[in-house]
Amino acid sequence: MIRNSASEMASKLASGDVTSVQLTQAHLDQIAAVDKQVHAFLHIDTEGALAQAAAVDLKRKNGDKLSPLAGVPLALKDVMTQKGIPTTCGSKILEGWRPPYDSTVVANLKKNDIVILGKTNMDEFAMGSSTENSAYGPTHNPWDLSRIPGGSGGGSAAALAAFEAPLAIGTDTGGSIRQPAAVTGTVGVKPTYGGVSRFGLVAFSSSLDQAGPCARTVLDAALLHEAIAGHDPKDSTSINAPVPAVVAAAKAGNVKGMKIGVVKELNGDGYQPGVRKRFEESLELLAAAGAEIVEVSAPNFEYALAAYYLIAPSECSSNLARFDAMRYGLRVGDVEGASAESVMNLTREVGFGREVKRRIILGTYALSSGYYDAYYGSAQKVRTLITQDFNKAFEIADVLVSPTCPTTAFKIGEKADDPLAMYLNDIATIPVNMAGIGGMSLPSGVADEDGLPVGFQIMAPVMKDERMYSVGASLEASLLSKWGAPLLSTIPALAGSK
Amino acid sequence: MSLTYDDVVAKYEPVLGLEVHVELNTNSKMFCGCSTIFGAEPNTQTCPVCLALPGALPTVNEKAIESTIKIGLALNCSIAPFSRFARKNYFYPDMPKNFQISQYDEPICVNGYVDVEIETDEGPKTFRIEVERVHMEEDTGKSLHVGGATGRIHGAEYSLLDYNRAGIPLVEIVTKIVPGTGKYAPEVARAYVAELRDILRSLGVSDVKMEQGSLRCDANVSLRLIGAEVLGTRSETKNVNSLRSVERAIRGEMIRHAELLNNGERVVQETRHFQEDTGLTRSGRSKEQAEDYRYFPEPDLVPVAPDAAWIEQLRAALPERPSIHRKRLQEQWSVPDKEMSAMINADVLDVVEATVALGADPAKARGWWLGEISRIANEKELAIKDLAINASDVAEIVALVNSGELTDKLARQVVEGVIAGEGKPAQVIASRGIKVVSDDSALMAAIESACAAQPETAQKVRDGHIPAAGALIGAVMKETKGQADAARVRELLLGHLGQSSN
Repeated sequence: MIRNSASEMASKLASGDVTSVQLTQAHLDQIAAVDKQVHAFLHIDTEGALAQAAAVDLKRKNGDKLSPLAGVPLALKDVMTQKGIPTTCGSKILEGWRPPYDSTVVANLKKNDIVILGKTNMDEFAMGSSTENSAYGPTHNPWDLSRIPGGSGGGSAAALAAFEAPLAIGTDTGGSIRQPAAVTGTVGVKPTYGGVSRFGLVAFSSSLDQAGPCARTVLDAALLHEAIAGHDPKDSTSINAPVPAVVAAAKAGNVKGMKIGVVKELNGDGYQPGVRKRFEESLELLAAAGAEIVEVSAPNFEYALAAYYLIAPSECSSNLARFDAMRYGLRVGDVEGASAESVMNLTREVGFGREVKRRIILGTYALSSGYYDAYYGSAQKVRTLITQDFNKAFEIADVLVSPTCPTTAFKIGEKADDPLAMYLNDIATIPVNMAGIGGMSLPSGVADEDGLPVGFQIMAPVMKDERMYSVGASLEASLLSKWGAPLLSTIPALAGSK
Repeated sequence: MSLTYDDVVAKYEPVLGLEVHVELNTNSKMFCGCSTIFGAEPNTQTCPVCLALPGALPTVNEKAIESTIKIGLALNCSIAPFSRFARKNYFYPDMPKNFQISQYDEPICVNGYVDVEIETDEGPKTFRIEVERVHMEEDTGKSLHVGGATGRIHGAEYSLLDYNRAGIPLVEIVTKIVPGTGKYAPEVARAYVAELRDILRSLGVSDVKMEQGSLRCDANVSLRLIGAEVLGTRSETKNVNSLRSVERAIRGEMIRHAELLNNGERVVQETRHFQEDTGLTRSGRSKEQAEDYRYFPEPDLVPVAPDAAWIEQLRAALPERPSIHRKRLQEQWSVPDKEMSAMINADVLDVVEATVALGADPAKARGWWLGEISRIANEKELAIKDLAINASDVAEIVALVNSGELTDKLARQVVEGVIAGEGKPAQVIASRGIKVVSDDSALMAAIESACAAQPETAQKVRDGHIPAAGALIGAVMKETKGQADAARVRELLLGHLGQSSN
């Protein structure tokens, strides 16, 4: 049962074959069986999840009108506030903090009766590409426990691949939904910036952060996308427009007559051969399904990474200033006679990990007077240029595509001491965030050389998110008929797995 | 040996710069829905947004934007078609986010001016104060430092934080440098703040209570030798909480700077805190090394792009400038300058105007509000506007006096009754049984008995010594318990004693 897709589970719930309590319990059992190996979760809300499931079952029994995903369990990235439930962002500095309010995403999940199982592991404050930067220990990739599950949302992606949850919420600042999806053989979508409310998403980089759906199929992602998206007056940057028709697009999966642009700069040198091979195959499948494949160029993408590593740290240096031990979270050095300043200093020294400190320092420097124009100012200009590149490319093509990541999952510890190598993992995902457009990663198979999953990225213009789902669903269907079974059915079984 | 003010201005030219912070009177805070009522229990007017809980986001209070645009228009500013909020980053425990949302290089209003008129040796003179910018920001919380001798953080045992004020909308009005005021610098600064206060009050956008901190002034002062081009080093005096203090603080700083300069010392660039009791300032934070606030555009808020038609609507609806309004009233009412200032100082101009609007004669209306009513307010140690009497009550009383239904003396009783909470004038008249004795026969009886009681006085009047009638009129008024019309009594008495009443 736990290996079904969310929409299959939803059908079984609707037909009465299974109750939400049974389904939720099955996932809790799987978590109990495998999470010691995977470590996808930081907090499991057994009681809350079962209570929510029982409430949905009662509604169903009473004949209430329910949303499509009602009763299906979900794993929530620990960067989203949920009232009364610990929210750490993978950081020591928030240890023990229980938010007094629900994020808008959580409020939407609850409104749709989606059962929240618990909070998933992540790189501290979403800074990282491997989940190794979590203060609570790394998450392991269910395909190979010695490898990283991607990051920052490694916990959410691993939970899907380990069948601990059929749905998950991620957040994506430079690839934190898509890159974990790619390296775990799952589907992850970063909606258009402003498509999903950021209210209650603990900010890393406000102008880049975007929450989105994670799932094992394109349709499941679309259903979850529709449940969480929409205008929110509590988020000034939220777009006041109807949610794109993503479910309809995922159901139709039609690419006939669509122009698919291959971004020249996001392929080639630095990309693993097995990754490129799967990418080429996927293009052929899309062409066979009726799409026209064209090549587009985005010359300014080569500056995206550098600009990103100025903008994101700059914003984070300011966003993370609030963690000062005064009102919540960790407090260190609060002894007789200590000044507020020394408590702030000690708390931040102890509470933040290395990567977070590195980015705070980088951002503080980039915003400093005398450096602002050269760093933050120039980076903003690059951002404009990248947006222009996308706009030009979208004049030629309906969607753009690339491999999601240059490589498959690397070993835990392999790049821990080489931040630059780590940052390069996001080279293909970052431009999407810089321009505020939508991006999706879905599995395109495993690389021949290591048998590990490879991701295929689809990018669509602002508020044209449905195009990603059309292309994604088409490719997914072609691959499924080629493989005969979903990619995840080939994942090695974890010890004790149900 | 300390310098006199005259010594200072004989040698140096003061250059001013004024920053005024105004708390807007919106119902909710700048970036969240929390209440802004002053004086609530600490930390009861807070939410995830103004406490900066993780994940919380600001949203802009539209009313605050409207108020700021009104202020900008009233100060003759241009309104930017596109402006942005920015983060001002620094750590302080009473600032929950450890950055303040403010505006930096893209403020909402720019390039305005305010003309102020002051009395000079050569008569009234107008000074133009140029306004560089008007921008929006949020207030911080309040720290209460407990246990130290000074109430300052240094030496305190612990500090308490109240975040009720955190996020209250503030508007900052910054002048360009103000040279050329010479020895009148303190008066010009005072007049500017007073004018701002009046303008803001007329716009209805703020309570403008300096004592409660809803209008706060920071005064920048520097001196340069008369004729010099280069500006001197400035000090910035904070905590200036009354108009009088603005004047005193600037005068004090000018003398302090001059003493330093005369002694060959240098003025330190710093903030200074004004002390009401001594009228002096004490040293605060050094600004020798410019603080780096690492401003950058606030990514959580979309830019402010007010609709041009809306701005024009707001412009068209602006009230008359208070100073112009006052001049117009003064002319209409033909009030001497001294009386006009008396009304302004007593803060009764608005209510007098309202009373006149309801039909009262301007002189009568002014007389009541500045006279009897002010006297009662003083006696009760209350502000006039806190008394239970309003313009329509006074207009009604004036009308009753005009029609002869009340005498001045009775009218005073009615005013007293209204203020005592006995009801509207008609109710007071009814319940106190106040009425003018207008029955001539009753008056004649009283006159006759008064003349009988004081035959010698009566005879003096008969002999043409009219002033002696006063004693007899007094007796009649006493007899009729003040309810008689004294003028009518006089007329009847003089007739009775064979004298003309003219």
